[in-house]
Amino acid sequence: MALGKAVVVSLALLVLPAIPGPAAAGSAPGPGIPDLSSLPARLEAPVTQEAAILALREISDPSVGILLRALKDGALYRWKARLTVLADDGTLKDLAGQPIVDDRGQPVSPAEGQEAIALEERLFGLVQNLLDRLEVFGAEREARQSAAFKLGNSRDLSAIPVLAKALDRETDRRVRGVMQEALNRLSLSSPDAPARARAAQFLGQAWSESGLAQLRVVAAQDGDAEVKRAAQAAVRRVEVFLTWRNLTGYLFNGVSLGAVLLIMSLGLAVTFGLMGIINMAHGEMLMLGSYTAYVVQEIFAARFTAHQDYFFFVALPLSFLVAGVVGLAIESGIIRFLYGRPLETLIVTWGIGMIFQQSARLYFGDQTSVNSPSWFRGGVEVMRGLIFPWSRIFIVGLSLLALAALYLLLQRSYAGLRVRAVMQNRGMASCLGVSTRRIDALTFALGTALAGVAGCALALIGTVDPEVGKTYIVDAFMVVVLGGVGKLLGAVVASFGIGLSNKILEPSIGGTAAAIYAKVAILALVIWFLQWRPTGFFPAKGRAAEGA
Amino acid sequence: MGPTLGRRSWDAHLLWLALFGIVFIVVLPLANALGFLSDYYLNLFGKYLSLAILALGMDLIWGYTGILSLGQAIFFGIGAYSIGMHMMLEGTGQGVYGEPVPDFMIWNQVYQLPLFWKPYTSFVFALGSSVVLPAALAALVGFLTFRRRLRGTYFAILTQAIAFAVWLMLNRNEMKLGGTNGLTDFKSILGFSLGQPATLRALYIFTAAALVGAFLVSRWLVRSKTGLVLQAIRDNERRLEFLGYNVASYKIFVFSVSAALAGLAGLLYAPQVGIITPSQVGVLPSLEIVIWVAFGGRGTLWGALLGAISINWLRSVLTATYPSLWPIILGGLFVTVILFFPQGLVGLGNKLRSLGKGRRIFLTTLGVAPASKVEGHPL
Repeated sequence: MALGKAVVVSLALLVLPAIPGPAAAGSAPGPGIPDLSSLPARLEAPVTQEAAILALREISDPSVGILLRALKDGALYRWKARLTVLADDGTLKDLAGQPIVDDRGQPVSPAEGQEAIALEERLFGLVQNLLDRLEVFGAEREARQSAAFKLGNSRDLSAIPVLAKALDRETDRRVRGVMQEALNRLSLSSPDAPARARAAQFLGQAWSESGLAQLRVVAAQDGDAEVKRAAQAAVRRVEVFLTWRNLTGYLFNGVSLGAVLLIMSLGLAVTFGLMGIINMAHGEMLMLGSYTAYVVQEIFAARFTAHQDYFFFVALPLSFLVAGVVGLAIESGIIRFLYGRPLETLIVTWGIGMIFQQSARLYFGDQTSVNSPSWFRGGVEVMRGLIFPWSRIFIVGLSLLALAALYLLLQRSYAGLRVRAVMQNRGMASCLGVSTRRIDALTFALGTALAGVAGCALALIGTVDPEVGKTYIVDAFMVVVLGGVGKLLGAVVASFGIGLSNKILEPSIGGTAAAIYAKVAILALVIWFLQWRPTGFFPAKGRAAEGA
Repeated sequence: MGPTLGRRSWDAHLLWLALFGIVFIVVLPLANALGFLSDYYLNLFGKYLSLAILALGMDLIWGYTGILSLGQAIFFGIGAYSIGMHMMLEGTGQGVYGEPVPDFMIWNQVYQLPLFWKPYTSFVFALGSSVVLPAALAALVGFLTFRRRLRGTYFAILTQAIAFAVWLMLNRNEMKLGGTNGLTDFKSILGFSLGQPATLRALYIFTAAALVGAFLVSRWLVRSKTGLVLQAIRDNERRLEFLGYNVASYKIFVFSVSAALAGLAGLLYAPQVGIITPSQVGVLPSLEIVIWVAFGGRGTLWGALLGAISINWLRSVLTATYPSLWPIILGGLFVTVILFFPQGLVGLGNKLRSLGKGRRIFLTTLGVAPASKVEGHPL
């Protein structure tokens, strides 16, 4: 290849990977490829530069990208009749990246005082545009995909051959899908009516969300009746698909919010529901779990870099323990003096919460975050364009697991039997030899420990900050109040009820503040509901209901 | 709960009140006018006294009736925002932009005065709105909750949720109430410039007089038959129901009165402090009011007064020197006061006095209060 001094050779180089074979022979450019023999000269001359660049865009080949990038960066040099690129080490390389050698076999550098081929300032945009277009040949999957998507948006018919070629080479299924969609979106504006109809049909079949706006325009305005019909059918198909997809999305978001509420309120269902303690520091116990996750992550990052992803397996049980032990300390130090005085516990625990919150702010600063382990990143694509993140799915699973564990513990174990006995009739349980003090302390600790687990899990989907507890506590109490005191089933129904209605209300309210108004609306609904069921879905019955 | 006031203390208490009134209504403003007391401190006292009115309201509903309302800050906010809106409107046209709407609306691209702002050009309307609106709102909430026998912790949690929701909404610019920045930069009230010491002095005197008035009304209320019923509700609600009292009406009534007092406090607070933001309308401020009352002495009017003034004074001192420690100190106060001084300052004073008189006392008040054993469900 280094033999060729003729311009043709460098051009062949230019198109080499695209046209296999006769490069060294110096054959004429293949069919469909414009004659570029004068390219170096035309590129150099300001007057012809634009035309030369425009001619390049017909060539869908990666080496065009190298040429254009060099031209843009001012690294394109002419050596004899060839176009070469100035490499970082100061030598010239050809467009395939091979070093240029002179007669003696030495690498060459630009001659003293030789200027790079200058790009006209007004052509920068054009070059950038072409470069973007060539991204479809890039090495990165994501880059190819997004470049194809952009081309689909461009309505630039001249991009069709580029895309077609890229599609030919593409092996990745998902990128191929995007490329096909982009091709067909471009074809929608093609002058050929059957091609437009085919494109509309394809976009309909493919449930193309990105093509919908264009399809609508075609369906309304196209001159050809056939195309119009095809486009209308496609619009309907896509719209039906989108409706279903949104519905699935809302449902999943609702379930996932419900799971978050459930895991937060399980602990509260124990402390408030069973023991009647309004633990306003519950949110801070949650915060403690989040910070435990954060600290464990930092330790892993510093000490066990290789196993960094496994930090979560340590963090989860540890946050259970930390929050549980702190809860135990709070119970035996403070709460036990306040049994039977729920309003006082409310104030005291709020004070404890403030102390925790401010201490966390002083120690950890305002905001930190926990990186999800790598296997929680990404998600499953259940429908085109609808991804369920793994972390959310994990939280749904974890909350159901915690629910099952709590249920088994309370209803099927000996310890749970004692807990229920103490909560139902303290005096009688005590007479029968149950240590009510110990049961109280352990039950409270169980409640806070559950909050710790919730905090650890929630660190996966949000930032960790001292306010984290306060953002959840009100919701958690609404769940327990709505569900009815002392019933796990109530907490389940209430949290999924609130979660789903929240996420279904949000889109119908719309706007930037939808989440907040949805929250307010839910609150109004809860108050209205309590009008005819003042003690929630599943009220405590019998003597246990006294004084609640 | 609180020490019942016999005939014996009637005159003594009035004497104290008269002394309090003279000191705060006459002596302090006079000292200020003569230059013995700086404008800054007078203004600070004005703030404390308006917050003491808020505490009185909380004492009526929590201290005397045993209902923990965590929505008091909302009512305070309504009062403060009402007068704030009026003052904003009085200052319009004098702002940076010279537009017919308050400056902050310009920042949010609002060039037409929103409809609900219009009535607030009238001072009388603003006054009414700051006292009547909270009372009406409280009556509505009370009607929806007490009538359905939603009580105790449920009521506390519900009002807390409402306070949280209101706080969330107020923070939004779409509410056209200044978003997180709230209302500020008041220029004048009824044509009197708020930059003038004389105006602030007058506001101070109004506040002190309003406090004494509110105190007298509350005192009359708690000593009336209604007041006895309220305390009976606190001590044994179920029994009162069986005796045929319409408990819900009493509760709605006292809730409205306390809300009106909170609104009055907000009305006096905003012009003196010069700013009202959503951070003063939420769950934490509501809980803080509870702490003032608990610290001073729950179920005694003097306790509410003392608690509000002393804690706010403490806050002024401590936030100036240790701003980042204040939440910890406040939280610690929440815990220690409830645990160790269930009767608050007033209870402590009573104990000390009886100690001085050589009566038998129970040191338990100074130690840990014994847990009251409740049969069955600990609620």
